[in-house]
Amino acid sequence: MDIYFILGKLILIVIIFAISLLTAMYSTYGERKIAGFFQDRLGPDRAGPWGILQPLADGGKLFFKEEILPVNANMALFIAGPSLSMLTACMSTAIIPWGTYLDIFGTKFVLQVADVNIGLLYIFGVVSLGVYGVMIGGWASNNKYSLLGAVRAASQNISYELAMGLSVIALIMLNGSLSLAEISRNQGESLFGLSGLNWNIFYQPLGFLIFIVCAFAECNRTPFDLPECETELVGGYHTEYSSMKLGFYLFAEYINMFVSSAFMAVLYFGGYNYPGINFVEANLGHNAAVIIGLAALFAKILFFIFFFMWVRWTVPRFRYDQLMKLGWQILIPLAIFNILLTGVGIMLFDN
Amino acid sequence: MQSLSNRSKQVSQKEMTFMESIYLPAIIGGLMITIRHFFAKKITIRYPEIKKLFSKNWRGVHVLKKDEQGRERCTACGLCALSCPAEAITMEAAERKKGEENLYREEKYAARYEINMLRCIFCGLCEEACPKEAIFLTNEELAPSRMDRGELIFGKDKLVEKQHDPDNKKRGGGPLEERLFHSKENSSYKSTFEGISNS
Repeated sequence: MDIYFILGKLILIVIIFAISLLTAMYSTYGERKIAGFFQDRLGPDRAGPWGILQPLADGGKLFFKEEILPVNANMALFIAGPSLSMLTACMSTAIIPWGTYLDIFGTKFVLQVADVNIGLLYIFGVVSLGVYGVMIGGWASNNKYSLLGAVRAASQNISYELAMGLSVIALIMLNGSLSLAEISRNQGESLFGLSGLNWNIFYQPLGFLIFIVCAFAECNRTPFDLPECETELVGGYHTEYSSMKLGFYLFAEYINMFVSSAFMAVLYFGGYNYPGINFVEANLGHNAAVIIGLAALFAKILFFIFFFMWVRWTVPRFRYDQLMKLGWQILIPLAIFNILLTGVGIMLFDN
Repeated sequence: MQSLSNRSKQVSQKEMTFMESIYLPAIIGGLMITIRHFFAKKITIRYPEIKKLFSKNWRGVHVLKKDEQGRERCTACGLCALSCPAEAITMEAAERKKGEENLYREEKYAARYEINMLRCIFCGLCEEACPKEAIFLTNEELAPSRMDRGELIFGKDKLVEKQHDPDNKKRGGGPLEERLFHSKENSSYKSTFEGISNS
């Protein structure tokens, strides 16, 4: 392990961290802007041209707000809640493959912080930690509404994690690997005579549907935003939070959105692959192909973030019994059926 | 009970059909509706830069008019105060002295003229009642707000126009017939509005 390897990884970590924070920051702006557009309005456009400085204004406002610590709150846990939320949200970007490798003066520069060979398990491990942030925050607030929100969040996340895990099992069966780099590489093969179009979505449409529904639920986004249901629970688990602690909770939600968009792109929509990747590699060189792939991955991620917002401003919130029924009685059987279907498919076509 | 409008709908709580229970068709339909709005023309008016034109028969804050020679028209007859349903207007008359002919048109004038903006309902009856065409509700200021109640009793300093402005009268009230005609010109307002949302 030479010094350049460590240095390269460090640079990559800083860049990815900065990009995911920046994307989350501008997701808040995008959310407001897109919400405006969906409602025939213009959205924020006062801070800077087209309002692009709005996130700075929002962030600055949150930092300078008075920080209220409830007297009866459990201080250590009260602070640990948003910290944990933020931490887990940032951790999962470590294993996303942003590209194969860049060739810089003969040195291979791998565009993935850590190619963990159990990548998918790592995701599920980290994502299920995320619920602790919400749970601890809600409990430490010493407020009934917060606690109810936290209980809802915990039961919702646990219910939908099951279906999500089951839907991904079919994907693992298909790829024979848990490593995200490997899954991305598999999707680079050709389909319909076009290289880089062997995307999993063509083999796993049902699995993707289950995955995206579960991703909405995991991110606590509408139509599954019951943990912070304003009409019933004031603000849900972050009722007692103020200033930047609240900011961290909200920010973590947007980072989660970025991360789950990235996973949807990597797992089902080919990751950094795009149609004609071999042609570009043969004609423009390896680095150009990788950089276009990076742009393609980002385009996919941004599309999914847009989709998250699109759904948010379309679908009203589920009732809690509907949510539980959907999770346990529909999605989990459907995911198991999908596994069965994939097994049959593999048996029939691969041998 | 029989419905008079024929628009009443019977509420039913029937079980959802299979297609309804999988939610997806309805959700996709909804997504299509919202995406149409995403690309639709925006109705926002970017207020401080672009202001909507006031309607031709807009009734704003009162203006005490001057005539062509810059003399106050009001003769303090008190008909506006009499007609005011909110009793917002009060005045004190005074006799015109020699040498004040360039200030007041009539021999009697209003030395003090006050409208209590907290009482005023902007009905425009004072304007109808005025025999001298002296008061019009043409000031394009929106509902005045002040920090102090006392400041909301507008005296002559706030009401009398600074100099004669024939346009101001034309744009605002005028005789009732004229105003009725104005409603026809509202189409010009509409086109201006569309011009705003395009820019």
